[in-house]
Amino acid sequence: MSSLLKVKDLEKSYVTKSLSGSRQEHRVLKKISFEVAENQILGVVGESGCGKSTLAKVLTRLEDFSAGEIHFAGKDLNSFSRKEFPHQIQMVFQDPYQSLNPRKKAWEIIADPLFVSEGLSRREGHERALAMMEKVGLRPETSERYPHQFSGGQRQRLGIARALMLRPKLLILDEPVSALDVSIQAQVLNLLLSLQREFQLSMIFISHDLSVVKHISDRTLVLYFGEIVEMGPSQELFTSPRHEYTQRLLDSAP
Amino acid sequence: MLLEVKNLSVLFRTEVGPLEALRSLDFALEEGETLGIVGESGSGKSVTNLALMGLLPANALVKADQVRFAGQNLDLNSQEQLRKLRGSQIGMIFQDPMTALNPSLRIGYQMIETLQRHLPLTKAEAHKKAVGLLERVGIPEAEKRMKSYAFELSGGMSQRVMIAMAISCKPKLLIADEPTTALDVTIQKQILDLLVELQKENKMSMMLVSHDLALVKKYSQRVQVMYAGEIAESGETQNLIQHPHHPYTFGLLKARPSAHEGMAKGDLYAIPGVVPSLRERPQGCQFHPRCFRATELCKTQAPPVKTSSTRFRCHRPLEAP
Repeated sequence: MSSLLKVKDLEKSYVTKSLSGSRQEHRVLKKISFEVAENQILGVVGESGCGKSTLAKVLTRLEDFSAGEIHFAGKDLNSFSRKEFPHQIQMVFQDPYQSLNPRKKAWEIIADPLFVSEGLSRREGHERALAMMEKVGLRPETSERYPHQFSGGQRQRLGIARALMLRPKLLILDEPVSALDVSIQAQVLNLLLSLQREFQLSMIFISHDLSVVKHISDRTLVLYFGEIVEMGPSQELFTSPRHEYTQRLLDSAP
Repeated sequence: MLLEVKNLSVLFRTEVGPLEALRSLDFALEEGETLGIVGESGSGKSVTNLALMGLLPANALVKADQVRFAGQNLDLNSQEQLRKLRGSQIGMIFQDPMTALNPSLRIGYQMIETLQRHLPLTKAEAHKKAVGLLERVGIPEAEKRMKSYAFELSGGMSQRVMIAMAISCKPKLLIADEPTTALDVTIQKQILDLLVELQKENKMSMMLVSHDLALVKKYSQRVQVMYAGEIAESGETQNLIQHPHHPYTFGLLKARPSAHEGMAKGDLYAIPGVVPSLRERPQGCQFHPRCFRATELCKTQAPPVKTSSTRFRCHRPLEAP
């Protein structure tokens, strides 16, 4: 397997200034290196404040990084133009209630990336949106509805459909099932696995829920205060964790 | 028996007509016992608790044949009676400790207020007791923390403060509604272990509400699984986990991947569809549109309650494995 994403010595710091003017630097990601191969799912686990979401923001270029290198498909991440980039990496957010525009219809939300980066007509966009709705298990009859008319699980399907519209190579999912009920979680996880096969996707699956990450990911990376404390094939990492922190996480899981 | 509830129903009067949120619930709780209440959003878990606490909104109509708590009859429509019990005999902790604490008052003020309301203490005595309680729930520098505001504490610390307040009058019953859903796994374990310790110390009964069956099975002696405002199945935790009779319980158990058991890569068992809206309740068994064992009978007739190793509401229960 060739590697799609290569991250080397990635650093991200935020600087805060107090009222008195003193500056303080917070290192949120510390010398992080990892790779994601094509068609691979990498799980990222860790607790609040460990840098999981910052990592997602840096990889989707929502935030700049402070030092290190990120290569995607053999090129520097920052060398992609603003037109090219959305076709490479897309993101699915945790909260399906807050990440969808409440004033747009379902099909408009899904087709939006096409209008923005491919300049398609509304008719073409509508057609492609309907086709995608079917792929993610939403009935095309519901395409004229607004987000509030969908349940939590259906909204997450909308978010996934939108992310797949430009056929990205890598999907970053930040706690995609944490807000969903158990029975709906299983539906969405199954959907993600089948889409991964169909679209030949790589994924970075970020979650605090070890059981979910164990189920879905090929490899897992454990973040602790901005550092990778352990990384390896999921099967191995969950059955015989080497690092004391991974062990503690596993012991705490019900 | 600490709590005995017979035929509890809750209706909400709304513009679109009455909505039945709870349908004839029967359940009981022994002294010192933990009852796990499991169900998805909209299954009626929280409505059950709020009804017991008298905290439902004014458009709710609560009916019950009988509710007995600690040897006395309870009228769930009597605000006066329930107000005396809340905080003193029945304590409650909520999902989101950050919003359950008052953001504009210091922790100490809120704790002293609770203590003085229910116990004949002077302010100095209440202060001393509050510090002791904070220490008991594992808050470092308790005296200093009395002066803190909620936003200065982490999620886990805030939940500890909530617990300290909830147990401050030694309640006989503690209702914990998704107490750790907003917290990280390591903190979750600390909080639940603390609750179990306090429960033993104070001989308290506990109702542990959660959508996570894996969590509930670890911490409760009995479990009741709720679906669409009814109890789908209830029984001793071991019996219910090892041999679920109701297809919904079975589905919940199978749908959750385990962090500990061997890997079975591939599709998870998913219960199709979603919980019905109260406005569009199905005929017959409430679960039949999502059930893989449903027959014509299930579509038309509500199933009776049957008893085997568990109690369940199903026409076609799963056989013993």
